[in-house]
Amino acid sequence: MRIALALLAMALGLSLGGAASAADDGAALPVKHVQWSFEGPLGTYDRGALQRGFKVYKEVCSACHSLNLVAFHDLAAPGGPGFTEAQAKAIAAGYKIPAEPNDKGELFDANGNRLTRPGILADRLPPPFPNEEAARTANSGALPPDLSLIEKARVGGPDYVYSILTGFSHKPPTGFKVQDGKYYNPYFAGRNISMPPPLMAGSVSYTDGTKSSVAQEARDVVTFLAWASEPKLEERHRIGFEVMAFLVLLAGLLFLTYRKVWKDKH
Amino acid sequence: MATATKPEPTRRDFLYIATGAVGAVGTAFAAWPFLDQMNPTSAVLALASIEVDLSSVQLGQQVVFKWRGHPLFVRRRTFKEIADARAVGLSDLPDQLARNANLPDTAPATDANRGSKAEWLVLVGVCTHLGCTPTVSTPGSPQGEYGGWLCHCHGSEYDTAGRIRKGPAPQNLAVPPYSFMSDTKIKVG
Amino acid sequence: MAGHSTYVPATGFTRWLDKRLPILRLTHDTMTTYPTPRNLNIWYTFGGILTFCLGVQIVTGIVLAMHYVPNADLAFNSVEGRIMREVNYGWLIRYVHANGASMFFLAVYIHMARGLYYGSYKVPREVIWILGVLLYLLMMATAFFGYVLPWGQMSFWGATVITSLFSALDQVIPHLGTAITTWLWGGFAVGDATLNRFFSLHYLLPFVIAGVIGLHIWALHVPGNNNPLGIDVKGPQDTVPFHPYYTVKDAFYLSLFVILFAGFVFFAPDFFGNPDNSTQANPLVTPTDIVPEWYLLPFYAMLRSVPQKLIGVLVLAGALVTLFFVPWLDTSKVRSCRFRPLMKQCFWLFVLDCLMLGYAGSQSTDAALNFGSMQLPLVWLARVGTAYYFGYFWVLMPLIGLIEKPKTLPESIAKSVLGAKGERT
Repeated sequence: MRIALALLAMALGLSLGGAASAADDGAALPVKHVQWSFEGPLGTYDRGALQRGFKVYKEVCSACHSLNLVAFHDLAAPGGPGFTEAQAKAIAAGYKIPAEPNDKGELFDANGNRLTRPGILADRLPPPFPNEEAARTANSGALPPDLSLIEKARVGGPDYVYSILTGFSHKPPTGFKVQDGKYYNPYFAGRNISMPPPLMAGSVSYTDGTKSSVAQEARDVVTFLAWASEPKLEERHRIGFEVMAFLVLLAGLLFLTYRKVWKDKH
Repeated sequence: MATATKPEPTRRDFLYIATGAVGAVGTAFAAWPFLDQMNPTSAVLALASIEVDLSSVQLGQQVVFKWRGHPLFVRRRTFKEIADARAVGLSDLPDQLARNANLPDTAPATDANRGSKAEWLVLVGVCTHLGCTPTVSTPGSPQGEYGGWLCHCHGSEYDTAGRIRKGPAPQNLAVPPYSFMSDTKIKVG
Repeated sequence: MAGHSTYVPATGFTRWLDKRLPILRLTHDTMTTYPTPRNLNIWYTFGGILTFCLGVQIVTGIVLAMHYVPNADLAFNSVEGRIMREVNYGWLIRYVHANGASMFFLAVYIHMARGLYYGSYKVPREVIWILGVLLYLLMMATAFFGYVLPWGQMSFWGATVITSLFSALDQVIPHLGTAITTWLWGGFAVGDATLNRFFSLHYLLPFVIAGVIGLHIWALHVPGNNNPLGIDVKGPQDTVPFHPYYTVKDAFYLSLFVILFAGFVFFAPDFFGNPDNSTQANPLVTPTDIVPEWYLLPFYAMLRSVPQKLIGVLVLAGALVTLFFVPWLDTSKVRSCRFRPLMKQCFWLFVLDCLMLGYAGSQSTDAALNFGSMQLPLVWLARVGTAYYFGYFWVLMPLIGLIEKPKTLPESIAKSVLGAKGERT
């Protein structure tokens, strides 16, 4: 909405700015625009990218970022990564889920470790940390956000997340002070981001033979996270197309009916 | 007022009929999501099927699990319990149907038809009278005369194959759809 | 014009029913034979569209309430975790409800603009207008409560900002404002207690709206509809029965409206939304720019245009209260702006003004427009906009009626529609 209004202002020959808009005052760069298969009114998700992206999430991101709203059975649902139910079940079983109290009512073992059980399809993906405080302690005070809705929760969506993930290769301009414990990323507001560069070439080995460059890994995980934010996108586009076709037909018939009814009255 | 014979539908009437029909079809399609949303969600359906580990159940004991919101009785029967169940003639049973979701509806309530392995009895723990949870009978704490279950709500008594023998319940305890994945694990639902 | 009922029940059952509950007679009189001016244009279809919007919101809302949990810890998950992902077609019903609110306001703004342009608020239709303003306020309250329910960042902080406005009353009577906000919140800040009561009120108000719509239409049916010429109906040659003429016209324009609605729901469902609302509410972290939904932006701009909190609140309240006085502010004897050349221009400037205020309300408080090397802070745009808003109602409406030379009105609706052959039906 705000983007639409800004475009309107630009069309009127005006430009919008904050107090000043020099490039090296800490204001973030505009996001890189990338072509996504799920863009546009009839976009769909690339199944291969979703599966590769899930691997990237699982092996890299999930160390710090939760994905609280995605369940294992969603991995096998239509419109998603397209794992079979057996594959999704195996993926679930590989995870340790905090268990319900045992017969003695215990939640922890003798060493103080949380009792766990293997995941089942009905479980949601477990978070890496049990609560916010533990997450901050493990990340020098910063809270890695949950990623279930990240591409809806940031202006620029997939382009923004892609820009951040690939933006670490930019070196700070001379004179720019990178804060202690932070990293330079020109696409992040203020340009100091608490997240260390997460992706490296080859950090994930793809089973389908795709070369895992940083850009490729970023593309794949952004596609996966787009699905995580909008798992119903394909169904929405498909039904939308059918609904619009129907409505145009109905509007056409109503128009003809309207003309017939009013023929002698004008 | 003079009655007129109904004129043949004109082209104009056809338009009205077509528009009305398309509108009605559209309304029906639009109504479907509002009805379907009340059906079980994907989260509920994901729990429609559970895997039960049998290794925690001792001989002569029952463990209760939760399946589709109901108690699930998993009982590991002793030889005596099996023999008692087999000794009962079909004509002595108030309900002579097996009530086993893994078998056809007409299967008789023989002990063999109450489970695929004699040692294991898997039942939905809901009394077929009005839905209370029956109490299991053990040698140390017998419930009812038949060694199976007693429902304390209205006095229904079930035998060691979970079949109704006495009391107001009309049917045997239901056997849910289940199968053995291994000797120690079953999948229910 | 309200007249003699011509309904004749045709069957035994309908005769029986008519003597006990004349509902079929009411339908016949108000929606079938009801004489409606024959020259109503597209801008007159929005009343029907609004009724459709209310129906859609109520039905989708009731269904959403089957799955939504009005608890601060569970609300966000019940919407984004359950409704959007697990409930069959939950995503569709939620998007229809959220975008439906925007469509509802789009329709109401067009409906109100029609009223202003054609002078539909003038004698004898003042009460229809007043009920309409009341409906608009009820809609704003309903939308405000509804936006809080998903418990996103904008839900929480929008609720905090707007309810905190009442604390400005502390400057009038010490402690009064704080007492009111504490009472509204049910605590020391927006929280679970607030969420629960907002859910209750959000469920209640649409039915109050439905009742007031009944009064609004009843008040309309006394004098009958205004029309684009603004001249009175002189006889049956000026009208057509509502059915089939306006049932089919309304149905057609409604289908176009639904095409636009479906376009948003299926292909741009987050166009009207704010990314911050996809993050769960956090009372300890304030978003960089707190903005309400687009339909409240003009009033938000007016509020922020005044640096002093209490005056800002009074300006906002004044802008809304002004609307009630419109029937008495306009001194012109001519209803329709088609025949009021000066007022017509002021009207379109007013529309532009509302758009400009909306834009100013959407940007951050330190935003500015750049003209080459010069800068115009948007807050000045908002001030000019607010001044014109009040000037339009309190200065232009009274004055223009006195100084303007209106164009010649046509003799009758029928003459205007049918040309010189006037009286042919």
